[in-house]
Amino acid sequence: MSTYTVALTGNPNVGKSSLFNALTGLHQHTGNWTGKTVETAKGFFQTTQRRYELVDLPGTYSLAAHSEEERVARDYLLSGAAKIVVVVCDASFLQRSLHLALQCLSLTGNVMICVNFMDEAEKNGLVLNLDRLSEALQIPVVGCTARNKRSLQPLLSAMDHFSPRRSQPDPERTPEEIAERAKELYEMTVTEAPECASVSFRKSDAVLTGTVFGLAITILSLALLLWITIRGANLLSDLLSKALTPVGSLLDCAFSVFPPWLHGLLYDGMWRVLSWVVSVMLPPMAVFFPLFSLLEDAGVLPRIAFTLDRPFRACSACGKQALTCCMGLGCNAVGVVGCRIIDSPRERMLAMLTNCFTPCSGRFPILASVSAMFFIGEEHALRSAMLMTALLLFSLFLTLTATRLLSVTVLRGAPSAFALELPPYRMPQVGRVLFRSVFDRTVVVLGRAVIVAAPAGMVIWLLSNLPVGDVSLLRAIAHIIEPAGKILGLDGVILLAFLLGLPANEIVLPLILMGYLSSGVLPELASAGDVRAILAANHWTAETALCVSAFTLAHWPCSTTILTMYRETHSLKWTIFGVLLPTCVGVCICMLLHGAFSI
Amino acid sequence: MDSIRMCDLAPGRTGVVLSLGNTGAMKRRLLDLGLVEGSRVKCLGKSLWGDPAAYEICGAIIALRSADCSKILLREVCE
Repeated sequence: MSTYTVALTGNPNVGKSSLFNALTGLHQHTGNWTGKTVETAKGFFQTTQRRYELVDLPGTYSLAAHSEEERVARDYLLSGAAKIVVVVCDASFLQRSLHLALQCLSLTGNVMICVNFMDEAEKNGLVLNLDRLSEALQIPVVGCTARNKRSLQPLLSAMDHFSPRRSQPDPERTPEEIAERAKELYEMTVTEAPECASVSFRKSDAVLTGTVFGLAITILSLALLLWITIRGANLLSDLLSKALTPVGSLLDCAFSVFPPWLHGLLYDGMWRVLSWVVSVMLPPMAVFFPLFSLLEDAGVLPRIAFTLDRPFRACSACGKQALTCCMGLGCNAVGVVGCRIIDSPRERMLAMLTNCFTPCSGRFPILASVSAMFFIGEEHALRSAMLMTALLLFSLFLTLTATRLLSVTVLRGAPSAFALELPPYRMPQVGRVLFRSVFDRTVVVLGRAVIVAAPAGMVIWLLSNLPVGDVSLLRAIAHIIEPAGKILGLDGVILLAFLLGLPANEIVLPLILMGYLSSGVLPELASAGDVRAILAANHWTAETALCVSAFTLAHWPCSTTILTMYRETHSLKWTIFGVLLPTCVGVCICMLLHGAFSI
Repeated sequence: MDSIRMCDLAPGRTGVVLSLGNTGAMKRRLLDLGLVEGSRVKCLGKSLWGDPAAYEICGAIIALRSADCSKILLREVCE
C-alpha cells in the first residue's frame, strides 16, 4: 500500500486538532517545524484502500505569508508534498472559513473541504447544503463531527476516492474579492441560519467580560485553579515519593557493590536529587496543566485575555500575557513556551523575559514555608492564604513593572495588531486533553530538568563530602561568599543554595538545611517545626525571611527555563538577558531591604 | 449618510464598513477576518473597562481595541 500525504488546514478553533486526533489516535507526534517556533503534528492512519500520512498545519486566518504560521502553511501547500489538502471549516462559522478555502484554491488544485461541528450546527437549527457548495467550487465537500468517529466515514470515503477535479489553481484574488465570493458561497450553502453567534455571546460573555462581577469570577477561578493545584500536588508528591522509595532501595543495593565514594556519588548525590526533583516537580505540573488545558479547550482562556487586556496594556503588555503568567504559575518553562500565543515578536519577548517573575510551583513551597514560619506562627490557613496572595500580587507588580521598563528601553515599539477570537464555549475533550497536556508539556519539561538534575546531584554530593580542612567544600564555599550573602540580607549558605538550586528551585530549601546541618546528604522533608528550629539556630530573622522571599521571586531562572528560553528565542543574547534581568532586580530589592533593616 | 467610527458603535447596533484607515499588519489582520468594505459588523459588548470590545464579524466573535476601531468608519444600519 502506498502512503498518501494529506495536509489539514483551517482557521483556529475549527476543531482541526480534534479531527487530527480522531483520525490518527496515538500514532502521532508533535514537534516543531525545523528552526521555527510553530507547532505541528504528523500522524498515520489507514483505511481499507490506502495508507495516509496526515500533516496538521498550523491554524491560520489566511495564507498570505505575513506571520510565521502563515508562511509555514503556505510554503507547505506550495511544495506539493500533500496529495490532498483538507480545509477544515466550522459549520457554524462557515463564511469566514471559506476565505481560507478560496485562498487554498489559489495555491493548489488538490483541495477538499471538511465541515466540522455539524452536530452543533444541527442543534442550533442551521441547515447546510454541502452538495451545492461542492458544485459551485468543483471540489468534494463533506460534513463531520470530529468527536464522533462514525461520522468520519464520508470524509474517509472522499479521501479514498479523491481525484483532483481542478488542473490549475485559481488566480489570486484580492481580499475584497475573496470576501465577496465567500459571502456568495455562504448564502448559497446556508438555507437556514438562526442567530447563533450573538446568542452565545449575550448569555454568558456579557456578564463575564463586561462587569466587575465577571472580573471577580475570573480572578477567583484562577485562585481556585491554584488551590486545587497545590492541594492535588501535595497528595501526588507523597504518593510519588512512596513509589520511588522501593526504586531507591533497589539502586542502593545495586550500587553497594561499588566503592563507598561512588556509591555515595550515585545514590546519595545523583539519585537523591533526581528523585526529589521528580517527586516535587512533576505533581504540580501534572495537576495544573491538564486543568489549564481543559480551560483552554473549553474556550475560557480567550475570555480571560479579553478581560485583562486593558490593565496589561497600561503596562505596555497585552492580555495574552496574563495567560502566559498563569502558565508560569505551573512552571516557568511552560510559561515561556506558552508565549507563542502572542503574535507580536516584541510582546512575545517581553512576556518571555518577565515570565520568571511569576513564582512557579517549585518556588511556592519556599515562599509558603518561609513566610508562614516567620510571619504567622502556627498554621493559620487564612492568614497564610492572604500572605501568599500578597506575594503573588507583588510578583504581578514586578512582572508589569519589568514589562513597562523593558518596553521603554530595550524592547521599544508600538502595541501589536490585536484581534482576539472568542470561540464558542465547548465541552472539553477529556481524553485528548490529558494525553496532550501530560506528554507535550509535562514530560518534555521534566526531561530537561532531569538532564540537569542528575549531574547537579553529583556535584552537590561532591561539594558536601569533599573535606577542606575540617569542613566540607560546601561549607567552605559558603563561608567565602558569606559577605556577598550578607549584603543581600541572606548568608553564604542561602546564597549557595540558590546557586546550586539552578536545576530546580525545589531543592533550594533542602540545600539550605543540608548546609546548616553539614550533612552529606539532602534531608528528608522535615516537619515545619524542625525546619524552623534549624533556621532559628542559624541566625534567621524576619529580615532574612523577607529577603529570602524577595530573592525567591526575583533571581535567575531555573536551568529548564533557561534552556527553554534559548530554544524559543534562538538567541544567546536574549537568553543571557533573561538570566540577568531577574537577578539584578532581585539583588537590588534585597540590598534595599537589607539597607532598610540596618537603619 | 452619517459615518461613525467603529469604536462608537453601541452594543447591539450593526453597521456596514465604509473604509479602513488602519495600516500594515493590523489592516491585513482585519481583512483576513472578513472586515472589508461592505461587510456587516455588529457590536456585541464591551469589556469592563470599555476596551476591547467584542464584534460579530463574518459570523464569528472578534475582540478589537478602541484604538484600532477608531480608524474604521461604518454606516450604521437598523437591524
